[in-house]
Amino acid sequence: MNMPFYVAPEQVMKDRADYARKGIARGRSLVGFRFDKGVAICAENTSSTLRKVSEIYDRIAFAGVGKYNEFDQLRIAGVRHADMKGYSFSREDVDARSLANQYAQSLGQIFTHEMKPMEVEILVAEIGYAADGSGDQLFHILYDGTVIDEDISVVLGGETEAIAERLGTFEQPPTLADGLRQAVAALAGPERTLTADALEVAVLERGDHRRTFRRLDDPEITELLA
Amino acid sequence: MNLPLFSVQDDPGPDFNRLLASSGVAPAPIDGALDPHDYRHGTTCVAIRFADGVLLAGDRRATSGNLISHRTLEKVFPADRHSGVAIAGAAGPAIEMVKLFQLQLEHYEKVEGTALSLEGKANQLSQMIRGNLPMAMQGMVVVPIFAGFDLTRGEGRLYEFDVTGGRYEEADHASTGSGSLHAGTVVKLGYRQGMDAGAVTDLAIEALFEAADEDSATGGPDPIRGIYPIVATITADGYTRISDDDLAARTQALIARRQGN
Repeated sequence: MNMPFYVAPEQVMKDRADYARKGIARGRSLVGFRFDKGVAICAENTSSTLRKVSEIYDRIAFAGVGKYNEFDQLRIAGVRHADMKGYSFSREDVDARSLANQYAQSLGQIFTHEMKPMEVEILVAEIGYAADGSGDQLFHILYDGTVIDEDISVVLGGETEAIAERLGTFEQPPTLADGLRQAVAALAGPERTLTADALEVAVLERGDHRRTFRRLDDPEITELLA
Repeated sequence: MNLPLFSVQDDPGPDFNRLLASSGVAPAPIDGALDPHDYRHGTTCVAIRFADGVLLAGDRRATSGNLISHRTLEKVFPADRHSGVAIAGAAGPAIEMVKLFQLQLEHYEKVEGTALSLEGKANQLSQMIRGNLPMAMQGMVVVPIFAGFDLTRGEGRLYEFDVTGGRYEEADHASTGSGSLHAGTVVKLGYRQGMDAGAVTDLAIEALFEAADEDSATGGPDPIRGIYPIVATITADGYTRISDDDLAARTQALIARRQGN
């Protein structure tokens, strides 16, 4: 009978975290930021069908980086959670904080109990009802279930430090055009320029509509970046 | 409420009803017959096709047996951006059905990333009506009209249903509910191909006015309380509800015409 080798728990966790981080770093990154009329999410994504940014509910958006099938599974679970909650209670009762906690629980559980952690990082964004944007929120959730409540901007994916450095910090939520230009420049870095066809941009925008999520098409992105 | 994660085999796909069933949140069916006095009935609705799309209109009255139980019931609802549904029959199950139908369409759109085709939406509603058949057998009948703008064809389309979930596409107009015979006749006589939004709104108001004149369960316009039918148009630009001010003016004009002025 073979005796299993003893592996220190610290080592197990470190190995899993390294594995997850490596998987996430292979994909392209995204930037989420608050702007004067809501929240925008800008992802580097050459595919126009395999989305990284999507609608969860009336005022909640989801974005994921890393392994597509894994964050897409989380996205659908989020849509289901939100729609069922809205059906059982009221549409107003569906909020990003509780959804972010659910994601954190699931990711944490998978990280410690499953063979393999999920190679994803996700963003749950919500716009509040206040006209000045004080209720807008960005929840950044990591592969191990860590939740970070971000202030104005957030970077997900590989090379986050370099991108965050290029992005800088916003004192105030910028306009959509200013924020987007800065986000795209930060994603691209000094050697490249990113154009609309390599970008996926969606916003949650305050207005009269119940569903605030909207994708920006290529001409609109080009115009904003000009 | 925890995060609904499913194994590949048990995944309910984009179907919200299956999700509710597999999560145990689906409402319990009603057993046994109820007296018609014990629940509310909604009545007359019409749908008319016009040049830019399709119009849906419904009166506001709900009855419980011989009593008027509600004066401002809404029977015309947006189903999603480019379609709407008008209901007649037992109000409770009908409104629940509309709520589920709206959620079903939105849920599908979000999970799949694209909206259902108009035909697909009508088919969904048909299955929901079929699912209500056990309750319909006990008297709680729900008979909606479904109308929408078909984005691929670029035209308005409308569907009638029967209790069994039978789905019948109509070319120009449809009506449902206890006053549907009278309302439908007015629409049939006044209908012309290629009417504009204004003319078709007038026709719908007149149809409901006549139905209210003949059918006790259909409510007429109520200028004292400021209650008018719900009228909505669905065009390429989406679902738009016509304002009460506009309807009030059109109703006044109709009354003036009747008085011979």
